[in-house]
Amino acid sequence: MSEDLNLLYTDVEESVRDSVRSLLAKRCAPEKVVALYDGGDAGQRELWQALAGELGLAALLVPEEHGGAGASAREASVVLEELGRFVAPVPFLTSAVVATTALVEAGAGNLLGPLAAGEQTAALAVPLTTSPDGPIPAVTADGGALQGTATSVAGALEADVLLVPVRTEGGLQLHRVPAEAARITPLTSLDMTRQIADVDVTGAPADAVAEGEAAERAVRAALETGAALMASEQLGVAQWCLDTTVAYLKVRRQFGRIVGGFQALKHRLADLYVMVESARAAARYAAAALAADDPDRPVAASLAQAYCADAAVLAAEECIQLHGGIGMTWEHPAHLYLKRAKADQLAFGTPGAHHARLADLVDLPAA
Amino acid sequence: MTGTEEMIKDLTRRVEKLLAEYDPARTDRLEFLRARFDAGLAWVHFPEGLGGLGLPRELQAHVDRLLAKAGAPDNDPRRNGIGLGMAAPTILAYGTEEQKKRFLRPLWTGEEIWCQLFSEPGAGSDLAALATRAEWDGEYWVVNGQKVWTSGAHKAHWGILVARTDPEAPKHRGMTYFLCDMRDPGVEVRPLRQITGEAEFNEVFLTDVRIPDEHRLGERGQGWQVATATLMNERVAIGGGDIPREGGMIGVVADTWRRRPELRRPDLHARLMRLWVEAEVARLTGKRLRQKLAAGQPGPEGSASKLTFARLSQQLSGLEIELLGEEGLRYGDWTMKRPDIVVFTGKDAGYRYLRAKGNSIEGGTSEILRNIVAERVLGLPPEPRVDKNVPWKDLPR
Ligand SMILES: Cc1cc2nc3c(=O)[nH]c(=O)nc-3n(C[C@H](O)[C@H](O)[C@H](O)COP(=O)(O)OP(=O)(O)OC[C@H]3O[C@@H](n4cnc5c(N)ncnc54)[C@H](O)[C@@H]3O)c2cc1C
Repeated sequence: MSEDLNLLYTDVEESVRDSVRSLLAKRCAPEKVVALYDGGDAGQRELWQALAGELGLAALLVPEEHGGAGASAREASVVLEELGRFVAPVPFLTSAVVATTALVEAGAGNLLGPLAAGEQTAALAVPLTTSPDGPIPAVTADGGALQGTATSVAGALEADVLLVPVRTEGGLQLHRVPAEAARITPLTSLDMTRQIADVDVTGAPADAVAEGEAAERAVRAALETGAALMASEQLGVAQWCLDTTVAYLKVRRQFGRIVGGFQALKHRLADLYVMVESARAAARYAAAALAADDPDRPVAASLAQAYCADAAVLAAEECIQLHGGIGMTWEHPAHLYLKRAKADQLAFGTPGAHHARLADLVDLPAA
Repeated sequence: MTGTEEMIKDLTRRVEKLLAEYDPARTDRLEFLRARFDAGLAWVHFPEGLGGLGLPRELQAHVDRLLAKAGAPDNDPRRNGIGLGMAAPTILAYGTEEQKKRFLRPLWTGEEIWCQLFSEPGAGSDLAALATRAEWDGEYWVVNGQKVWTSGAHKAHWGILVARTDPEAPKHRGMTYFLCDMRDPGVEVRPLRQITGEAEFNEVFLTDVRIPDEHRLGERGQGWQVATATLMNERVAIGGGDIPREGGMIGVVADTWRRRPELRRPDLHARLMRLWVEAEVARLTGKRLRQKLAAGQPGPEGSASKLTFARLSQQLSGLEIELLGEEGLRYGDWTMKRPDIVVFTGKDAGYRYLRAKGNSIEGGTSEILRNIVAERVLGLPPEPRVDKNVPWKDLPR
């Protein structure tokens, strides 16, 4: 494993963070986000247009020769921290990270132009729970015609283009399907800020962007990148929960004292701080290993996902508990974070799945 | 080329020069260590002339690697953990030029071992409550009192000592920091046997110990501030080391898991993997902290590393006993010994399990460290203080 990876934030990364944060602070208020749960649209499209257009986030991971910014996983991870901090309902992870990675790895960079420009978004049509090393869920093809449904797909509702893994006799293929040709059924999701949908592609026109090994590699790389970088989103969620709880406990009074002065609570917050800082180290390492294409990449990704997924959930649970009654309410944003954190815990493989994968990678077999 | 690459090149040249002038195969160990210190390659982040070159702390690893590869002797940092981890940075920060020149070299080479005379029977977590007195008699500071749990006092030449010099002042303001010669006839060290059976720590009785004013560290009455610097360094030193993956307790357990397939059980595997992840994340967190510190002084964040280290070493050493099954019921040796070095990972599982219990007590208990993180990092209200502005002599004891 490389000992020289920088786990700190560079100046460039900090400036990316500043611009994303200031835009989100203006346009992604919690009231808007919570409206998603009542069937509102929260101006998601405009928000994504602004992030993609004004800040160029859609183009971040697109190589320069295909009209992108050619930035690395390090910058993308900082963006995800901020998106997590605001539970922003935008398809950055699903389109600009996962689908984009699939296309780059598939050697289909020429298709990335409209994505980079923010004119289109894409989604990889597999269940959000798919882990990077398991079997790849795929639809089938019957004499060239697609058949089947991809379930629980994140980002499908906003997508213009679907990247669909297709199992054929000759092996796996990755197909490009126009979203309007698929039957997309929105599901009422635990996390409405990243809503899932079932995607039926039966009979939809499709063209293969990669076949065999290349298709397999592209899908796995996309999933692994998703797992590695979602750790940063989870860090952002956890950080918000910690900051918000600390701030609240510094003003809330009971028994004639500031509640945050009670040692039982101070100790829980200290433990939470230790956990968030640990999650930061794990998330940074995953991003740095990805950016440097380090051989330790798979370990770094699974390590980060195994740790940060639980960290975000615990931070959100503590946030609600330590806010007392207000933490249980619809009007306080804490629940948005709990829902995101819990859904993220299942996404791209559960901590348990990543433990199993690590056991293989680091030679600690179960039996 | 970046500045770091330049520095690494320069360090490589310096190491090569040292190795050329003092061939490790033919040079006496101590002579080599002294030469290494004088070449600024002992701790590169220290100033020139004091064993360093004023470079970022992270670059030390490069020097260590090169020297290890050439088969050069090292200073066996385990022998003088308190000297290297606590006394040295405190002397560097608060010592006079003469003190730095006098003490740092033999400290680093291990010619002089150090211990820490802080805790007392009546003052542990509340260190500022200490009662050991140091009175100026016109010629010397005359010290009387009792210290306890003093690790390694039986082999130490010097002790860092905090004593009360002004009982009229509130407790935090009436203390002064000294360097105490453990060979002074007034110093009596008695072994204090611990949970593992051995006596790693001691009781130390100080009777009319005479300390010259040149061995006062920092100003009179500044003892608390100086001690705080020591303690922050201690927290980084405990569990903040730059180790490779699986370098600590997790390596011991993982190794047993690999070598002994017959011991594997599904429930233990789940715990092992969780702890493997936590140990690796803790290692990366420490690495991140060190990258952040580069050459600066540790802040309260070091307490976070120490908290994690204590929890993990306890959970892992507990898991190890369970994994070993029947073997876990045995213990190596209960005879009372006074060890020269505490080799945590080198003994048996029972020892590790018992010794790890100290990790959440020594160098500040986990409860105290959580207070520090909560108050100093998160800015939560301090614990209520009943003794803040009361002169020490009027405090109930
Ligand atoms: C293996 C080992 C080696 C040591 N080596 C040295 C050494 O070399 N030199 C040296 O000077 N000392 C040494 N110590 C002493 C160590 O620093 C003290 O034991 C420690 O600071 C705790 O103090 P205490 O034992 O008096 O416990 P106490 O302070 O009496 O604490 C008792 C319990 O109360 C809790 N507690 C106390 N105050 C608070 C509070 N405000 N809030 C919440 N909980 C609180 C503690 O966490 C603990 O659980 C060593 C200890 C060990 C175990």
